[in-house]
Order: sequence, then structure tokens, then C-alpha cells
Amino acid sequence: MMSATNYRLLDMRGLIFLAVLAIAAIMVPICTLIIPADSAFAVPPYIVALFGKYLCFALLAVALDLVWGYCGILSLGHGAFFALGGYAMGMYLMRQIGARGVYANPVLPDFMVFLNMKELPITWWGFQSFPYAMLMVLLVPGVLAFGFGWLAFRSRVTGVYLSIITQAMTYALLLAFFRNDMGFGGNNGLTDFKDILGFNVQATGTRVALFVASCIALAGGYLIARWVTTSKFGKVVVAIRDAESRTRFLGYRVETYKLAVFVLSAMMAGVAGALYVPQVGIINPGEFAPTNSIEAVIWVAVGGRGTLVGAALGALIVNWGKTFFTGALPEYWLFALGALFVFVTLFMPKGVVGALEQLKSRRARKKVVAPEAAAAGE
Amino acid sequence: MDVASGSLLYLDGVSVSFDGYKALRGLSLTLAPGEMRAIIGPNGAGKTTMMDVITGKTRPDSGDVLFGGSTDLTKLDEATIAELGIGRKFQKPTVFESHTVDDNILLALKAPRSALATLFGKAPASTRSRIDHILETTRLKDHRHRLAADLSHGQKQWLEIGMLLAQDPKLLLVDEPVAGMTDAETAQTAELLRAIAVDHSVVVVEHDMTFVRDLGVKVTVLHEGSVLAEGPLDVVSADPRVIEVYLGR
Repeated sequence: MMSATNYRLLDMRGLIFLAVLAIAAIMVPICTLIIPADSAFAVPPYIVALFGKYLCFALLAVALDLVWGYCGILSLGHGAFFALGGYAMGMYLMRQIGARGVYANPVLPDFMVFLNMKELPITWWGFQSFPYAMLMVLLVPGVLAFGFGWLAFRSRVTGVYLSIITQAMTYALLLAFFRNDMGFGGNNGLTDFKDILGFNVQATGTRVALFVASCIALAGGYLIARWVTTSKFGKVVVAIRDAESRTRFLGYRVETYKLAVFVLSAMMAGVAGALYVPQVGIINPGEFAPTNSIEAVIWVAVGGRGTLVGAALGALIVNWGKTFFTGALPEYWLFALGALFVFVTLFMPKGVVGALEQLKSRRARKKVVAPEAAAAGE
Repeated sequence: MDVASGSLLYLDGVSVSFDGYKALRGLSLTLAPGEMRAIIGPNGAGKTTMMDVITGKTRPDSGDVLFGGSTDLTKLDEATIAELGIGRKFQKPTVFESHTVDDNILLALKAPRSALATLFGKAPASTRSRIDHILETTRLKDHRHRLAADLSHGQKQWLEIGMLLAQDPKLLLVDEPVAGMTDAETAQTAELLRAIAVDHSVVVVEHDMTFVRDLGVKVTVLHEGSVLAEGPLDVVSADPRVIEVYLGR
């Protein structure tokens, strides 16, 4: 029997998830900034940046789960929205360097001076302003998703065909961003950041602040996704996933619904990318690589598709595994990832969260059955 | 156009071909408001294609399809046609499997369909009682909290009919509602459709002759994409051409 979706805004799972995020957002600053570094409870700054990165991936996973888990759109190009958000943040950070670059040009970033560019390209205008850059973090992925989705959903491209063109989209962007004349730093991308909002990006305090911001963004993204999926809108979206033409014959404009979910998800991915870039200190075209988008799909599958919390959990588990493996046995990481995907597909089709749920309901059933069996035995 | 103006549904000379195969050849059919009509015909007669044309899934190559005497359905898409008041039940029961019976009806219930309305809108107070009423009609009240996926085949068919009712359409198109049902379920379904036909126009496509007899309505026989005969079942089934089509196979 399938289990019914819980339509309260916050179920037990969500509450636990938000509580863990809140504890992390409170404890990490304390353990990093207040507790002395030689204490057993101290968290070294590199761990803060590492987990901050994981949280950004978790937000990307939640965004992907929204379109894939609930609307059935398997996007293999969500990394593109993540990277675009990252570039928008990267461009802000580049403009903050100012005259401190190698060539000491007050306006042009180093790579532009190196490429003999005389003035700032129009695409870079306004990026010295933080609010403008943040607007672009939302708008650029949002507009791309809108244009792409409008064409694809109106033409009723679905299933594997849609997945393939999302993949083509991110690959096309990868190739475009590799070109120097695009004006986004070519294959080197954007790096050597100095300040964010006047604070040194390398400073421990800034790292902690970015970590907390990532916690808040993930919690916010989760709440928005949860609000959307528990509304009647969300029920229509699941209906589209289950029986698209039935939904259409009921009078719902399926394209509009898909487009709305896709754009919202792309914007969330953009925010995740924007928080990711200052924490890792670089953004380059490699972020558009199709494998990144596919890895994100694996996170969602591992954690549990259509559960939101599971998606975030999957991102944390897989990326922690990746960090561990690439450190201990670097040449085996891809094998481990492949094996994990096969294992999850075969033995945990509903992911970690689904498996936990099954275990819980089985235990609950046993509790019910056991007294009855005892009574029958008397 | 005299015939068209008084009709609820008016098809005239409708032709559809797929890669040279003529699914409909000059099909003409008129349905009066409030009428219930049974459509029979062997496989490949064009019954499902006719439904596709009416609901906007397939565009005809030629011919007129008018709703309510004036609205040209050939220019509209599925969602618009559904909002005009044409509901469709598929041959294979298609319900939203991961939603509860309640939610299936809720989604079908006549209400604003736009994304903004479903995201921000509040359900009116009458929603509950309207759902209750439909679940009572379709005998699904005891199953309301179950997932549609867990229903029996017959219950799914009824749920889908219930969803049609919830849409409160002017015209219901029902494609093979009793396929795969037990005799008892078939009889109950006929009863259900007759109850619905009291205040709705209904077109039923069916193979099952006992069921068509149970309905007791005017019958249209389709053959190779056009109308072969029309009239009460007894008259139609005595028609030598109909006998040939059905028994000659």
C-alpha cells in the first residue's frame, strides 16, 4: 500500500529537519568563534566551509526534488541554474576587488585587462551593487527557465526527451562560458575574491556568516517548497506527474503549472549557487558540466524522491561520501557513486527517507500484531 | 445551420486521417441538450477518435464541430474545452493514483483552474458538502481517505465518473465505462449513468450490448469512421447492415 502524503505545512519530518538546521546555525558560530581552537568542541574553519558547501548542494537538491519528485520533470540541467546564480555572485565579488587586482585597474577585473578589453561589457553593469547582483541571482536562472520551459512545455516535450534537452542546455552553456569573448573569464572563471559586503571572504567570521546564511536559505527553500506542495497547487502538480492528460481534460493548463514549478525551482538553484561561490572561492564553466546535474539527480534519488527532506539528506550523505572517498581512495569514487546509485535503485527505490518510513511502519505493525498473537496463543 | 443552433453538440462531415489511415470519414452527429446517447461500433470504427476530436486532443482535417450551437471546438485546446463544460472519462480508468479519493474529487470540482487561484485561493465552504454529495452518488464515501491506487478496478471507474460529475459539465463523454467490470458492477454503473443523465447530456461509448440495453437510450452505430445507423437499440439491431458489420466479422 502506498502511504498518503501529509498535507500539513510542517510534519514531524519537517520539524526535525528545521530543528537540526536551527541547531547547526546556532552551534557552529559558538563552536567556531567563541570556544577556543584547542578545545575538543571547537569546529575548525575548513569544516565550516565544507558543510556550508554541502548545505548549498542540499538546497539545489530540494529545488530539483520540487520539479522531479513532485512534477515528474526529470531535469538533467539543474546545475546550469546553480552555476548561473554562482556567476551572478561571482561577478559581484569580482567588482569588489577593485584596484586590488594584479593590474590594479579600478573597474576592469584582471582577466579583462589581460584580454585587452577597454571597457566593462554591458553584462557586467550594475554588478558592483549587492542588491542588483542578488536580483540577478534570482532573475537570470528564472528567465532562462522561463524561456526554456515556455518552449518545451508548450510543445509538450516530456519524459526522456525533456531530460535530454535540459542536458543539452547545460552543455551549451558550458561551451559558451568557456569562450573568452563571452566576457565571463573563460575557462579560468572568476576567482581571487577579496570582500563580500565589505568583509574578507577568507575570514573565519565571514565563513561562519555564510554557513548560517546557507542554513537559513535551505530552511527557507524547504519551507517555500513545502508550502507550494501542500497547497491545492501542489496537488495539481502531483496530478500532472501521475496523469498529465487527465489533468488537462479536467481543465488545468498543464504548461502553466509546469512552468511555474520549473521557474521557482531554477531560482532556488540560483540562490544555492550564489551561496556556494563565496564559500568555495571560485566559479568556472566546469560548474555547467552535465555530470554535476546528474550527480544532483543521484542525491535526490538516494535521499528519497518527492520528500524534500530526503533530497537535502541525500545531498549531504553523497557529498560527505564524496569528500571521504576522494580523500581516502580517490580513484574509486566514481565506482562507489555508481554502486550507490545501483544499490538505491534496486533496494531502496524510495531512498533513505522512504526506507526509514517503511521500517517504522513495519515496526508499528509488529506492535499491533504481537499482542493479538499473544492473545490468540492463550 | 438550423440543426446546429438547437443542439448541444453538432458534428458535420468530420474527417480525420493518421498517416493516410482514415479514422473518421465524414462523421455527422447531433446531440440535443439533455440527451443521453449510446455509441456502439466494432473496433476501429472511430469511437475514440471522435472523442479526441470533441475534446480537442485531435484536430480534424475537415468538418465542423460545434458546441452549444455556436462554439467552434476545432480551434480550442483541451483545457479550454474542459472549462466550456465537456468532461471526458477515458477507456482505461485514469485517476490520480497517489492522491486520496477525496483529493481526486477536489481536483475535479468546478473551481478556478489557474495556477494563482490554486496556490493562493481558499476553498469555498461548500466544497466539503459537494464532495460528500458526489461520493454518495458514486458509493465511494467509505473509501474517501484511501489512495486511488488502492481501489478496485470498478471503484476506480466510479471515481472517474465521480470526477466527471464534480466538474459539473454540460456534456459528459464516457468511454467504455464497464470494461472489465463484474455483472453486478455493470448494472450499478448503468443505474449511476441514468441518474447522471437526469440533469446532464451524456455520450456513452460501449461494446457491452446488455449494458446498452440497460441504458435504454437512442443508439448510434459507427462503422469505418461514419454513422451506419441511428435509432432505438431494437430498430438498430434489426438493421441488416448493422448485423452484417457485427456478425460478419
